[in-house]
Amino acid sequence: MTRYGFETRMIHAGSEPEPVTGARQTPIFQNTSYVFHDADDAAALFNLQSFGFIYSRLTNPTVAALEERLASLEGGRGATCAASGHAAQLLAFFPFMEKGDRFVASNRLYGGSITQFSKTFAKFGWEVDFVDTGDLDAVRAAIGPATKALFAESLANPGGVVSDLEALARVAKDAGILFIVDNTMATPALCRPIEWGADLVVHSTTKFISGNGTSMGGAVIDSGTFDWAQNDRYGGLTGPEPAYHGLSFYESIGEMAFTAHYHAVGLRDLGATMAPMNAFLTLLGLETLSLRMERHCDNAATVAAFLAAHPAVAWVSFAGSDRSPFKPLADRYFGGRYGSVFTFGLKGGYAAGMALVESCTLLSHLANIGDTRSLILHPASTTHRQLTDAQRIAAGAGPEVVRISVGLETVKDILADLDQALTRAGQAAQAAE
Amino acid sequence: MEQDLAYSDPFLADILGRTRTIAMVGASANWNRPSHFVMKYMQTKGFRVLPVNPRDAGGEILGEAVVATLAEVAAPVDFVDIFRNAEAAGAITDEAIALAAEKGIRTIWMQLGVRNDAAAARASAAGLDVVMNRCPKIEFGRLNRELSWGGFDSGIVSSRRRRMRPI
Ligand SMILES: Cc1ncc(COP(=O)(O)O)c(C=O)c1O
Repeated sequence: MTRYGFETRMIHAGSEPEPVTGARQTPIFQNTSYVFHDADDAAALFNLQSFGFIYSRLTNPTVAALEERLASLEGGRGATCAASGHAAQLLAFFPFMEKGDRFVASNRLYGGSITQFSKTFAKFGWEVDFVDTGDLDAVRAAIGPATKALFAESLANPGGVVSDLEALARVAKDAGILFIVDNTMATPALCRPIEWGADLVVHSTTKFISGNGTSMGGAVIDSGTFDWAQNDRYGGLTGPEPAYHGLSFYESIGEMAFTAHYHAVGLRDLGATMAPMNAFLTLLGLETLSLRMERHCDNAATVAAFLAAHPAVAWVSFAGSDRSPFKPLADRYFGGRYGSVFTFGLKGGYAAGMALVESCTLLSHLANIGDTRSLILHPASTTHRQLTDAQRIAAGAGPEVVRISVGLETVKDILADLDQALTRAGQAAQAAE
Repeated sequence: MEQDLAYSDPFLADILGRTRTIAMVGASANWNRPSHFVMKYMQTKGFRVLPVNPRDAGGEILGEAVVATLAEVAAPVDFVDIFRNAEAAGAITDEAIALAAEKGIRTIWMQLGVRNDAAAARASAAGLDVVMNRCPKIEFGRLNRELSWGGFDSGIVSSRRRRMRPI
Protein backbone atom coordinates (compact mmCIF):
# COMPACT_ATOMS: atom_id res chain seq x y z
CA MET A 1 0.00 0.00 0.00
CA THR A 2 1.36 3.45 -0.87
CA ARG A 3 2.22 5.31 2.25
CA TYR A 4 1.89 8.96 1.43
CA GLY A 5 4.13 11.56 3.04
CA PHE A 6 3.24 13.46 6.19
CA GLU A 7 2.30 16.71 4.40
CA THR A 8 0.10 14.86 1.93
CA ARG A 9 -1.76 13.12 4.74
CA MET A 10 -2.01 16.43 6.66
CA ILE A 11 -4.21 17.65 3.78
CA HIS A 12 -5.86 14.51 2.45
CA ALA A 13 -6.15 11.80 5.10
CA GLY A 14 -9.79 11.28 6.04
CA SER A 15 -11.02 13.75 3.41
CA GLU A 16 -11.68 12.44 -0.04
CA PRO A 17 -14.36 14.17 -2.13
CA GLU A 18 -17.75 13.73 -0.54
CA PRO A 19 -19.30 11.03 -2.75
CA VAL A 20 -22.91 12.26 -2.91
CA THR A 21 -22.19 15.85 -4.00
CA GLY A 22 -18.53 15.85 -5.01
CA ALA A 23 -17.80 18.60 -2.48
CA ARG A 24 -14.01 18.75 -2.30
CA GLN A 25 -13.59 20.31 1.14
CA THR A 26 -14.94 18.20 4.00
CA PRO A 27 -18.54 19.30 4.64
CA ILE A 28 -19.72 20.31 8.09
CA PHE A 29 -22.29 17.67 8.94
CA GLN A 30 -24.30 19.81 11.31
CA ASN A 31 -26.79 17.13 12.31
CA THR A 32 -27.54 15.11 15.40
CA SER A 33 -28.90 11.86 13.98
CA TYR A 34 -28.96 9.46 11.04
CA VAL A 35 -31.76 7.53 9.34
CA PHE A 36 -31.76 3.72 9.57
CA HIS A 37 -32.59 1.65 6.49
CA ASP A 38 -34.83 -0.62 8.57
CA ALA A 39 -35.11 -2.24 11.99
CA ASP A 40 -32.50 -4.87 11.17
CA ASP A 41 -30.00 -2.19 10.09
CA ALA A 42 -30.65 -0.34 13.34
CA ALA A 43 -30.16 -3.53 15.37
CA ALA A 44 -26.86 -4.32 13.63
CA LEU A 45 -25.63 -0.78 14.31
CA PHE A 46 -26.62 -0.86 17.97
CA ASN A 47 -24.95 -4.27 18.35
CA LEU A 48 -21.75 -2.87 16.74
CA GLN A 49 -22.07 -5.52 14.03
CA SER A 50 -21.96 -2.98 11.22
CA PHE A 51 -20.28 0.38 10.67
CA GLY A 52 -22.43 3.46 10.48
CA PHE A 53 -23.77 6.53 12.18
CA ILE A 54 -26.48 6.52 14.83
CA TYR A 55 -26.26 9.73 16.79
CA SER A 56 -23.65 12.50 16.79
CA ARG A 57 -22.83 12.11 20.48
CA LEU A 58 -21.03 8.92 19.34
CA THR A 59 -19.89 9.61 15.79
CA ASN A 60 -20.30 12.30 13.12
CA PRO A 61 -18.83 12.38 9.58
CA THR A 62 -16.95 15.68 10.00
CA VAL A 63 -15.53 14.62 13.35
CA ALA A 64 -14.66 11.21 11.86
CA ALA A 65 -12.66 12.89 9.08
CA LEU A 66 -10.58 14.66 11.72
CA GLU A 67 -10.20 11.43 13.70
CA GLU A 68 -8.90 9.55 10.69
CA ARG A 69 -6.50 12.36 9.81
CA LEU A 70 -5.11 12.47 13.36
CA ALA A 71 -4.78 8.68 13.45
CA SER A 72 -2.88 8.80 10.18
CA LEU A 73 -0.54 11.61 11.25
CA GLU A 74 0.26 9.99 14.59
CA GLY A 75 0.64 6.54 13.03
CA GLY A 76 -2.19 5.04 15.09
CA ARG A 77 -4.96 2.58 14.28
CA GLY A 78 -7.77 4.95 15.19
CA ALA A 79 -8.59 8.16 16.97
CA THR A 80 -11.43 9.56 19.04
CA CYS A 81 -12.07 13.26 19.27
CA ALA A 82 -13.49 14.98 22.32
CA ALA A 83 -14.80 18.40 23.29
CA SER A 84 -11.44 19.55 24.71
CA GLY A 85 -8.02 18.27 25.63
CA HIS A 86 -9.21 17.63 29.15
CA ALA A 87 -12.23 15.72 27.89
CA ALA A 88 -9.83 13.61 25.82
CA GLN A 89 -7.76 12.85 28.92
CA LEU A 90 -10.84 11.77 30.85
CA LEU A 91 -11.90 9.63 27.91
CA ALA A 92 -8.42 8.13 27.59
CA PHE A 93 -8.49 6.67 31.08
CA PHE A 94 -12.16 5.79 31.22
CA PRO A 95 -12.20 2.30 29.63
CA PHE A 96 -9.71 0.72 32.02
CA MET A 97 -9.78 2.66 35.28
CA GLU A 98 -11.90 1.37 38.16
CA LYS A 99 -12.29 2.68 41.66
CA GLY A 100 -8.98 2.16 43.48
CA ASP A 101 -6.91 1.89 40.31
CA ARG A 102 -3.80 4.01 39.99
CA PHE A 103 -1.60 5.53 37.32
CA VAL A 104 1.84 7.11 37.36
CA ALA A 105 2.26 10.57 35.84
CA SER A 106 5.06 13.03 35.34
CA ASN A 107 5.19 15.75 38.00
CA ARG A 108 6.01 18.34 35.30
CA LEU A 109 2.74 18.15 33.40
CA TYR A 110 0.68 21.10 32.29
CA GLY A 111 -0.83 22.51 35.52
CA GLY A 112 -4.39 21.85 34.40
CA SER A 113 -3.57 18.16 33.96
CA ILE A 114 -2.06 17.98 37.44
CA THR A 115 -5.26 19.46 38.86
CA GLN A 116 -7.52 17.21 36.78
CA PHE A 117 -5.58 14.09 37.76
CA SER A 118 -5.12 14.85 41.45
CA LYS A 119 -8.45 16.50 42.26
CA THR A 120 -11.18 15.50 39.83
CA PHE A 121 -10.01 11.97 39.00
CA ALA A 122 -9.79 11.34 42.75
CA LYS A 123 -13.56 11.76 42.94
CA PHE A 124 -13.90 8.65 40.76
CA GLY A 125 -11.45 6.80 42.99
CA TRP A 126 -8.72 6.98 40.33
CA GLU A 127 -5.44 7.70 42.11
CA VAL A 128 -2.37 9.30 40.55
CA ASP A 129 1.24 8.96 41.66
CA PHE A 130 3.32 11.89 40.41
CA VAL A 131 7.00 11.21 39.87
CA ASP A 132 9.96 12.81 38.13
CA THR A 133 9.78 10.79 34.90
CA GLY A 134 13.38 11.73 34.19
CA ASP A 135 14.26 9.24 36.95
CA LEU A 136 13.45 5.81 35.50
CA ASP A 137 14.07 4.04 38.82
CA ALA A 138 11.51 6.31 40.47
CA VAL A 139 9.04 5.46 37.71
CA ARG A 140 9.62 1.71 38.17
CA ALA A 141 9.28 2.05 41.95
CA ALA A 142 5.98 3.90 41.59
CA ILE A 143 4.37 1.14 39.50
CA GLY A 144 2.39 -1.19 41.75
CA PRO A 145 -0.18 -3.96 41.28
CA ALA A 146 -3.06 -1.48 40.83
CA THR A 147 -1.15 0.73 38.36
CA LYS A 148 -2.72 0.80 34.91
CA ALA A 149 -0.78 3.42 33.00
CA LEU A 150 2.18 5.76 32.77
CA PHE A 151 1.47 9.31 31.55
CA ALA A 152 3.91 11.97 30.35
CA GLU A 153 4.11 14.89 27.94
CA SER A 154 6.52 14.57 25.01
CA LEU A 155 7.43 18.23 25.54
CA ALA A 156 6.04 19.59 28.78
CA ASN A 157 3.97 22.75 28.99
CA PRO A 158 5.56 25.02 29.95
CA GLY A 159 8.94 24.09 31.38
CA GLY A 160 10.82 22.91 28.27
CA VAL A 161 11.11 19.43 29.81
CA VAL A 162 11.46 16.63 27.25
CA SER A 163 10.50 13.06 28.08
CA ASP A 164 12.76 10.16 27.14
CA LEU A 165 9.90 8.48 25.30
CA GLU A 166 11.68 5.31 24.27
CA ALA A 167 13.01 4.62 27.77
CA LEU A 168 9.63 5.32 29.39
CA ALA A 169 7.88 3.10 26.85
CA ARG A 170 10.22 0.27 27.78
CA VAL A 171 9.51 0.70 31.50
CA ALA A 172 5.78 0.60 30.83
CA LYS A 173 6.08 -2.40 28.52
CA ASP A 174 8.15 -4.35 31.04
CA ALA A 175 5.49 -3.68 33.66
CA GLY A 176 2.67 -4.64 31.26
CA ILE A 177 0.98 -1.24 31.52
CA LEU A 178 -0.07 1.41 29.03
CA PHE A 179 2.18 4.31 28.10
CA ILE A 180 0.16 7.45 27.35
CA VAL A 181 1.79 10.55 25.88
CA ASP A 182 0.33 14.05 25.71
CA ASN A 183 1.76 15.28 22.40
CA THR A 184 0.03 18.68 22.42
CA MET A 185 3.15 20.83 22.53
CA ALA A 186 5.24 18.93 20.00
CA THR A 187 2.43 17.92 17.61
CA PRO A 188 2.92 15.04 15.17
CA ALA A 189 4.85 17.45 12.91
CA LEU A 190 7.75 17.26 15.39
CA CYS A 191 7.22 13.98 17.18
CA ARG A 192 5.18 10.81 16.77
CA PRO A 193 5.25 9.06 20.15
CA ILE A 194 3.78 5.81 18.80
CA GLU A 195 6.97 5.38 16.76
CA TRP A 196 8.86 5.41 20.09
CA GLY A 197 6.58 2.90 21.81
CA ALA A 198 3.64 4.91 23.15
CA ASP A 199 0.34 3.01 23.29
CA LEU A 200 -1.96 6.02 23.37
CA VAL A 201 -1.41 9.64 22.38
CA VAL A 202 -3.61 12.43 23.69
CA HIS A 203 -3.95 15.94 22.32
CA SER A 204 -5.45 19.23 23.13
CA THR A 205 -6.28 20.10 19.50
CA THR A 206 -7.18 23.53 20.87
CA LYS A 207 -3.50 24.44 20.49
CA PHE A 208 -1.19 24.05 17.48
CA ILE A 209 -3.32 21.47 15.69
CA SER A 210 -6.24 23.83 15.12
CA GLY A 211 -3.69 26.61 15.35
CA ASN A 212 -5.75 29.77 15.09
CA GLY A 213 -7.24 29.94 18.56
CA THR A 214 -10.73 29.20 17.25
CA SER A 215 -11.79 25.82 18.57
CA MET A 216 -11.66 23.79 21.72
CA GLY A 217 -10.94 20.15 21.06
CA GLY A 218 -9.06 17.05 22.06
CA ALA A 219 -8.22 13.62 20.75
CA VAL A 220 -7.04 10.19 21.86
CA ILE A 221 -5.11 8.19 19.29
CA ASP A 222 -4.74 4.45 19.84
CA SER A 223 -1.70 2.65 18.46
CA GLY A 224 -3.80 -0.51 18.18
CA THR A 225 -0.85 -2.59 19.36
CA PHE A 226 -1.35 -2.86 23.12
CA ASP A 227 -2.09 -6.42 24.27
CA TRP A 228 -5.04 -5.94 26.59
CA ALA A 229 -5.16 -9.63 27.46
CA GLN A 230 -1.49 -9.96 28.58
CA ASN A 231 -2.53 -9.65 32.25
CA ASP A 232 -5.72 -9.19 34.24
CA ARG A 233 -5.43 -5.41 34.60
CA TYR A 234 -7.72 -4.48 31.73
CA GLY A 235 -11.01 -6.26 32.40
CA GLY A 236 -12.91 -3.24 31.06
CA LEU A 237 -11.80 -4.22 27.56
CA THR A 238 -11.29 -7.96 27.84
CA GLY A 239 -14.23 -8.84 30.08
CA PRO A 240 -17.92 -8.83 29.17
CA GLU A 241 -19.35 -5.34 28.65
CA PRO A 242 -22.74 -5.29 30.39
CA ALA A 243 -24.13 -2.46 28.28
CA TYR A 244 -23.50 -4.53 25.12
CA HIS A 245 -25.03 -7.82 26.24
CA GLY A 246 -21.74 -9.21 27.51
CA LEU A 247 -19.67 -8.47 24.42
CA SER A 248 -15.90 -8.53 24.99
CA PHE A 249 -14.52 -5.61 23.01
CA TYR A 250 -10.99 -6.96 22.73
CA GLU A 251 -12.03 -10.43 21.66
CA SER A 252 -14.64 -9.29 19.16
CA ILE A 253 -12.98 -6.21 17.70
CA GLY A 254 -9.28 -6.86 18.37
CA GLU A 255 -6.94 -4.02 17.57
CA MET A 256 -9.92 -1.74 16.97
CA ALA A 257 -11.36 -2.40 20.43
CA PHE A 258 -10.07 0.67 22.16
CA THR A 259 -11.21 3.25 19.63
CA ALA A 260 -14.55 1.46 19.30
CA HIS A 261 -14.95 1.47 23.09
CA TYR A 262 -14.14 5.18 23.27
CA HIS A 263 -16.98 5.95 20.89
CA ALA A 264 -19.51 3.29 21.82
CA VAL A 265 -19.11 3.55 25.60
CA GLY A 266 -16.89 6.55 26.43
CA LEU A 267 -18.56 9.23 24.32
CA ARG A 268 -21.95 7.60 24.73
CA ASP A 269 -21.81 7.90 28.52
CA LEU A 270 -19.45 10.81 29.17
CA GLY A 271 -20.97 12.85 26.35
CA ALA A 272 -17.92 15.07 25.85
CA THR A 273 -18.27 15.10 22.08
CA MET A 274 -16.46 17.46 19.70
CA ALA A 275 -18.77 19.75 17.74
CA PRO A 276 -18.72 19.28 13.92
CA MET A 277 -17.92 22.97 13.41
CA ASN A 278 -14.87 22.65 15.65
CA ALA A 279 -13.80 19.50 13.81
CA PHE A 280 -14.04 21.42 10.53
CA LEU A 281 -11.91 24.32 11.81
CA THR A 282 -9.41 21.86 13.24
CA LEU A 283 -9.20 20.03 9.89
CA LEU A 284 -8.47 23.39 8.24
CA GLY A 285 -5.73 24.04 10.76
CA LEU A 286 -4.15 20.63 10.22
CA GLU A 287 -3.75 21.32 6.51
CA THR A 288 -0.92 23.76 7.32
CA LEU A 289 0.44 22.18 10.51
CA SER A 290 3.99 21.43 9.39
CA LEU A 291 4.43 24.85 7.76
CA ARG A 292 3.18 26.62 10.84
CA MET A 293 5.28 24.50 13.18
CA GLU A 294 8.43 25.29 11.20
CA ARG A 295 7.85 29.03 11.54
CA HIS A 296 6.66 28.76 15.16
CA CYS A 297 9.86 26.92 16.03
CA ASP A 298 12.14 29.27 14.07
CA ASN A 299 10.60 32.36 15.65
CA ALA A 300 10.79 30.75 19.09
CA ALA A 301 14.50 30.01 18.70
CA THR A 302 15.13 33.67 17.78
CA VAL A 303 13.06 34.91 20.73
CA ALA A 304 14.77 32.50 23.13
CA ALA A 305 18.21 33.72 22.04
CA PHE A 306 17.13 37.36 22.43
CA LEU A 307 15.80 36.73 25.93
CA ALA A 308 18.87 34.76 27.01
CA ALA A 309 21.02 37.80 26.15
CA HIS A 310 18.71 40.34 27.83
CA PRO A 311 19.92 41.89 31.11
CA ALA A 312 16.47 41.70 32.78
CA VAL A 313 16.22 37.95 32.18
CA ALA A 314 17.66 35.53 34.75
CA TRP A 315 17.26 32.33 32.75
CA VAL A 316 15.53 30.83 29.70
CA SER A 317 14.18 27.30 29.73
CA PHE A 318 14.09 26.50 26.02
CA ALA A 319 14.86 22.93 24.99
CA GLY A 320 16.77 24.24 21.97
CA SER A 321 19.25 26.22 24.02
CA ASP A 322 22.75 24.75 24.19
CA ARG A 323 22.53 25.05 27.95
CA SER A 324 19.30 23.07 28.23
CA PRO A 325 19.80 19.63 29.79
CA PHE A 326 16.96 18.50 27.53
CA LYS A 327 18.58 19.48 24.23
CA PRO A 328 19.93 15.98 23.45
CA LEU A 329 16.48 14.44 24.05
CA ALA A 330 14.82 17.17 21.99
CA ASP A 331 17.27 16.61 19.15
CA ARG A 332 16.54 12.91 19.23
CA TYR A 333 12.76 13.07 19.45
CA PHE A 334 11.89 16.34 17.70
CA GLY A 335 14.39 16.31 14.83
CA GLY A 336 16.14 19.61 15.51
CA ARG A 337 13.07 21.64 16.43
CA TYR A 338 12.10 22.65 19.93
CA GLY A 339 8.51 23.84 19.94
CA SER A 340 7.42 27.43 20.42
CA VAL A 341 6.28 27.44 24.03
CA PHE A 342 8.84 27.97 26.75
CA THR A 343 9.43 29.79 29.99
CA PHE A 344 11.90 32.34 31.18
CA GLY A 345 12.65 33.84 34.59
CA LEU A 346 12.86 37.54 35.35
CA LYS A 347 15.45 38.90 37.72
CA GLY A 348 12.69 41.16 39.08
CA GLY A 349 10.59 38.20 40.36
CA TYR A 350 6.80 38.15 40.77
CA ALA A 351 6.29 41.91 40.36
CA ALA A 352 8.33 41.99 37.15
CA GLY A 353 6.44 39.00 35.76
CA MET A 354 3.08 40.66 36.31
CA ALA A 355 4.33 43.99 34.85
CA LEU A 356 5.81 42.30 31.79
CA VAL A 357 2.59 40.60 30.72
CA GLU A 358 0.62 43.79 31.40
CA SER A 359 3.01 45.91 29.31
CA CYS A 360 2.90 43.95 26.06
CA THR A 361 1.00 45.57 23.21
CA LEU A 362 1.56 42.98 20.46
CA LEU A 363 1.82 39.79 22.50
CA SER A 364 -1.54 38.87 23.97
CA HIS A 365 -1.87 38.34 27.70
CA LEU A 366 -4.03 35.24 27.86
CA ALA A 367 -4.14 31.62 28.97
CA ASN A 368 -3.58 29.62 25.82
CA ILE A 369 -0.75 28.36 23.65
CA GLY A 370 -0.33 27.35 20.04
CA ASP A 371 -2.03 30.27 18.31
CA THR A 372 -0.81 32.15 15.21
CA ARG A 373 -0.63 35.13 17.61
CA SER A 374 2.18 35.37 20.16
CA LEU A 375 0.84 34.82 23.66
CA ILE A 376 2.28 35.57 27.06
CA LEU A 377 1.34 34.55 30.56
CA HIS A 378 2.53 34.70 34.15
CA PRO A 379 1.61 31.15 35.29
CA ALA A 380 2.03 31.70 39.04
CA SER A 381 -0.77 34.28 39.05
CA THR A 382 -3.02 32.46 36.53
CA THR A 383 -2.97 28.84 35.22
CA HIS A 384 -0.92 27.42 38.06
CA ARG A 385 -2.67 29.39 40.79
CA GLN A 386 -4.49 26.34 42.19
CA LEU A 387 -1.29 24.39 42.78
CA THR A 388 0.81 24.37 45.94
CA ASP A 389 4.16 26.22 45.91
CA ALA A 390 5.99 22.90 45.65
CA GLN A 391 3.82 21.74 42.75
CA ARG A 392 4.32 25.10 41.02
CA ILE A 393 8.08 24.82 41.29
CA ALA A 394 8.04 21.17 40.14
CA ALA A 395 5.92 22.22 37.17
CA GLY A 396 8.39 24.99 36.31
CA ALA A 397 6.00 27.79 37.27
CA GLY A 398 7.69 29.63 40.15
CA PRO A 399 6.99 33.33 41.00
CA GLU A 400 9.51 34.84 38.52
CA VAL A 401 8.45 32.61 35.61
CA VAL A 402 6.84 33.90 32.43
CA ARG A 403 5.48 31.59 29.71
CA ILE A 404 5.54 32.58 26.09
CA SER A 405 3.95 30.94 23.07
CA VAL A 406 5.74 32.41 20.09
CA GLY A 407 3.45 33.06 17.14
CA LEU A 408 3.85 33.65 13.44
CA GLU A 409 4.22 37.45 13.38
CA THR A 410 7.31 39.16 11.92
CA VAL A 411 9.91 38.14 14.46
CA LYS A 412 11.48 41.60 14.85
CA ASP A 413 8.06 42.91 15.94
CA ILE A 414 7.84 40.24 18.63
CA LEU A 415 11.33 41.15 19.87
CA ALA A 416 10.52 44.88 19.92
CA ASP A 417 7.38 44.35 21.98
CA LEU A 418 9.21 42.14 24.46
CA ASP A 419 12.05 44.65 24.69
CA GLN A 420 9.82 47.58 25.64
CA ALA A 421 7.80 45.40 28.05
CA LEU A 422 11.00 44.12 29.72
CA THR A 423 12.08 47.72 30.31
CA ARG A 424 8.78 48.45 32.03
CA ALA A 425 9.00 45.20 34.00
CA GLY A 426 12.41 46.24 35.29
CA GLN A 427 10.99 49.58 36.43
CA ALA A 428 8.09 47.87 38.17
CA ALA A 429 10.42 45.49 39.99
CA GLN A 430 12.50 48.42 41.25
CA ALA A 431 9.41 50.23 42.44
CA ALA A 432 8.28 47.11 44.32
CA GLU A 433 11.52 46.87 46.30
CA MET B 1 2.47 -11.49 12.55
CA GLU B 2 2.02 -8.34 10.44
CA GLN B 3 5.56 -8.28 9.05
CA ASP B 4 5.90 -9.26 5.42
CA LEU B 5 2.15 -9.72 5.01
CA ALA B 6 1.33 -6.79 2.77
CA TYR B 7 -1.63 -6.98 0.42
CA SER B 8 -2.31 -4.15 -1.97
CA ASP B 9 -5.67 -2.42 -1.91
CA PRO B 10 -6.41 -3.33 -5.56
CA PHE B 11 -5.67 -7.02 -4.80
CA LEU B 12 -8.07 -7.07 -1.84
CA ALA B 13 -10.68 -5.02 -3.70
CA ASP B 14 -10.52 -7.43 -6.64
CA ILE B 15 -11.08 -10.46 -4.38
CA LEU B 16 -13.94 -8.88 -2.46
CA GLY B 17 -15.45 -7.46 -5.64
CA ARG B 18 -15.62 -10.78 -7.48
CA THR B 19 -16.82 -12.83 -4.49
CA ARG B 20 -20.49 -13.74 -4.20
CA THR B 21 -20.54 -16.68 -1.80
CA ILE B 22 -18.40 -17.25 1.27
CA ALA B 23 -18.08 -20.53 3.14
CA MET B 24 -17.28 -19.58 6.73
CA VAL B 25 -15.50 -22.40 8.54
CA GLY B 26 -15.90 -21.91 12.28
CA ALA B 27 -19.03 -19.75 12.06
CA SER B 28 -20.65 -19.36 15.46
CA ALA B 29 -24.34 -19.20 16.36
CA ASN B 30 -23.49 -17.07 19.38
CA TRP B 31 -24.31 -13.45 18.45
CA ASN B 32 -21.38 -11.85 20.23
CA ARG B 33 -18.64 -14.05 18.71
CA PRO B 34 -16.43 -12.36 16.10
CA SER B 35 -17.44 -14.87 13.37
CA HIS B 36 -21.09 -14.02 13.91
CA PHE B 37 -20.30 -10.31 13.55
CA VAL B 38 -18.51 -10.93 10.28
CA MET B 39 -21.22 -13.20 8.89
CA LYS B 40 -23.95 -10.73 9.71
CA TYR B 41 -22.01 -7.83 8.21
CA MET B 42 -21.10 -9.62 4.99
CA GLN B 43 -24.75 -10.64 4.58
CA THR B 44 -25.88 -7.04 4.82
CA LYS B 45 -23.36 -6.18 2.09
CA GLY B 46 -24.98 -8.66 -0.27
CA PHE B 47 -22.70 -11.67 0.17
CA ARG B 48 -24.17 -15.09 0.78
CA VAL B 49 -22.41 -16.66 3.76
CA LEU B 50 -22.68 -20.42 4.33
CA PRO B 51 -21.70 -21.58 7.82
CA VAL B 52 -19.52 -24.66 8.38
CA ASN B 53 -19.25 -25.92 11.94
CA PRO B 54 -19.52 -29.57 13.06
CA ARG B 55 -20.82 -28.55 16.47
CA ASP B 56 -23.84 -26.73 15.06
CA ALA B 57 -24.39 -28.95 11.99
CA GLY B 58 -28.08 -29.42 11.23
CA GLY B 59 -28.93 -26.08 12.81
CA GLU B 60 -29.19 -22.62 11.33
CA ILE B 61 -27.17 -19.41 11.68
CA LEU B 62 -28.61 -16.12 10.44
CA GLY B 63 -31.02 -17.95 8.16
CA GLU B 64 -28.48 -20.32 6.60
CA ALA B 65 -28.22 -24.08 7.23
CA VAL B 66 -25.06 -25.17 9.05
CA VAL B 67 -23.07 -28.11 7.66
CA ALA B 68 -20.24 -30.06 9.27
CA THR B 69 -17.62 -29.92 6.50
CA LEU B 70 -16.68 -27.85 3.49
CA ALA B 71 -17.50 -30.81 1.23
CA GLU B 72 -21.11 -30.72 2.41
CA VAL B 73 -21.68 -27.09 1.37
CA ALA B 74 -24.38 -27.44 -1.27
CA ALA B 75 -23.86 -24.28 -3.34
CA PRO B 76 -20.89 -23.02 -5.38
CA VAL B 77 -18.44 -21.14 -3.16
CA ASP B 78 -15.83 -18.61 -4.30
CA PHE B 79 -14.24 -17.79 -0.98
CA VAL B 80 -13.37 -19.86 2.10
CA ASP B 81 -13.11 -17.79 5.28
CA ILE B 82 -11.20 -19.70 7.95
CA PHE B 83 -12.26 -18.80 11.49
CA ARG B 84 -10.07 -21.46 13.13
CA ASN B 85 -6.54 -21.52 14.55
CA ALA B 86 -3.43 -21.69 12.36
CA GLU B 87 -3.01 -25.44 12.77
CA ALA B 88 -6.60 -26.26 11.79
CA ALA B 89 -6.24 -23.82 8.90
CA GLY B 90 -3.76 -26.24 7.27
CA ALA B 91 -6.24 -29.11 6.92
CA ILE B 92 -9.08 -26.78 5.92
CA THR B 93 -6.89 -25.26 3.21
CA ASP B 94 -6.06 -28.73 1.85
CA GLU B 95 -9.74 -29.62 1.82
CA ALA B 96 -10.49 -26.38 -0.02
CA ILE B 97 -7.75 -27.06 -2.60
CA ALA B 98 -9.23 -30.52 -3.22
CA LEU B 99 -12.71 -29.03 -3.65
CA ALA B 100 -11.62 -25.94 -5.62
CA ALA B 101 -12.57 -27.13 -9.10
CA GLU B 102 -15.86 -28.68 -7.99
CA LYS B 103 -17.06 -25.70 -5.90
CA GLY B 104 -15.44 -22.86 -7.81
CA ILE B 105 -13.24 -21.80 -4.86
CA ARG B 106 -10.77 -19.03 -5.80
CA THR B 107 -9.80 -17.52 -2.48
CA ILE B 108 -8.51 -18.84 0.84
CA TRP B 109 -8.85 -16.20 3.52
CA MET B 110 -7.51 -16.74 7.05
CA GLN B 111 -8.92 -14.50 9.75
CA LEU B 112 -7.14 -11.85 11.78
CA GLY B 113 -4.62 -13.66 13.99
CA VAL B 114 -4.49 -16.76 11.76
CA ARG B 115 -1.43 -17.42 9.62
CA ASN B 116 -0.19 -20.69 8.12
CA ASP B 117 2.54 -20.05 5.55
CA ALA B 118 2.90 -23.68 4.46
CA ALA B 119 -0.83 -23.96 3.75
CA ALA B 120 -0.72 -20.63 1.93
CA ALA B 121 2.10 -21.90 -0.30
CA ARG B 122 0.09 -25.04 -1.18
CA ALA B 123 -2.97 -22.94 -2.01
CA SER B 124 -0.95 -20.52 -4.14
CA ALA B 125 0.64 -23.44 -6.01
CA ALA B 126 -2.89 -24.68 -6.72
CA GLY B 127 -3.72 -21.31 -8.26
CA LEU B 128 -5.78 -19.87 -5.41
CA ASP B 129 -5.46 -16.35 -4.01
CA VAL B 130 -4.52 -16.33 -0.34
CA VAL B 131 -5.00 -13.68 2.33
CA MET B 132 -3.89 -14.29 5.92
CA ASN B 133 -4.27 -12.41 9.18
CA ARG B 134 -6.99 -10.14 7.84
CA CYS B 135 -10.71 -9.79 8.45
CA PRO B 136 -12.96 -9.52 5.37
CA LYS B 137 -15.37 -7.31 7.30
CA ILE B 138 -12.62 -4.88 8.24
CA GLU B 139 -11.14 -4.89 4.72
CA PHE B 140 -14.52 -4.48 3.04
CA GLY B 141 -15.37 -1.69 5.46
CA ARG B 142 -11.98 -0.05 5.05
CA LEU B 143 -12.00 -0.12 1.24
CA ASN B 144 -15.53 1.31 1.21
CA ARG B 145 -14.57 4.00 3.76
CA GLU B 146 -17.03 2.70 6.35
CA LEU B 147 -14.17 2.02 8.75
CA SER B 148 -13.28 5.71 8.56
CA TRP B 149 -16.67 6.54 10.05
CA GLY B 150 -15.50 5.07 13.34
CA GLY B 151 -12.33 7.17 13.46
CA PHE B 152 -10.00 4.50 12.02
CA ASP B 153 -7.17 5.13 9.60
CA SER B 154 -8.09 3.56 6.26
CA GLY B 155 -4.66 4.36 4.82
CA ILE B 156 -6.50 5.64 1.75
CA VAL B 157 -5.81 8.99 0.10
CA SER B 158 -7.76 9.84 -3.02
CA SER B 159 -8.86 12.90 -4.98
CA ARG B 160 -11.35 10.84 -6.96
CA ARG B 161 -15.06 11.11 -6.41
CA ARG B 162 -16.38 7.64 -5.66
CA ARG B 163 -19.35 6.47 -7.68
CA MET B 164 -22.39 5.53 -5.65
CA ARG B 165 -23.46 1.97 -6.24
CA PRO B 166 -27.00 1.43 -7.52
CA ILE B 167 -29.26 -0.02 -4.86
C1 LIG C 1 -0.20 20.10 27.27
C2 LIG C 1 -1.66 20.29 27.45
N1 LIG C 1 -2.44 19.22 27.66
C3 LIG C 1 -3.77 19.35 27.84
C4 LIG C 1 -4.38 20.58 27.84
C5 LIG C 1 -5.85 20.66 28.05
O1 LIG C 1 -6.49 20.97 26.85
P1 LIG C 1 -7.85 21.80 26.74
O2 LIG C 1 -7.58 23.17 27.22
O3 LIG C 1 -8.14 21.73 25.26
O4 LIG C 1 -8.87 21.10 27.56
C6 LIG C 1 -3.60 21.72 27.61
C7 LIG C 1 -4.24 23.06 27.63
O5 LIG C 1 -3.67 24.05 27.96
C8 LIG C 1 -2.21 21.57 27.42
O6 LIG C 1 -1.43 22.63 27.20
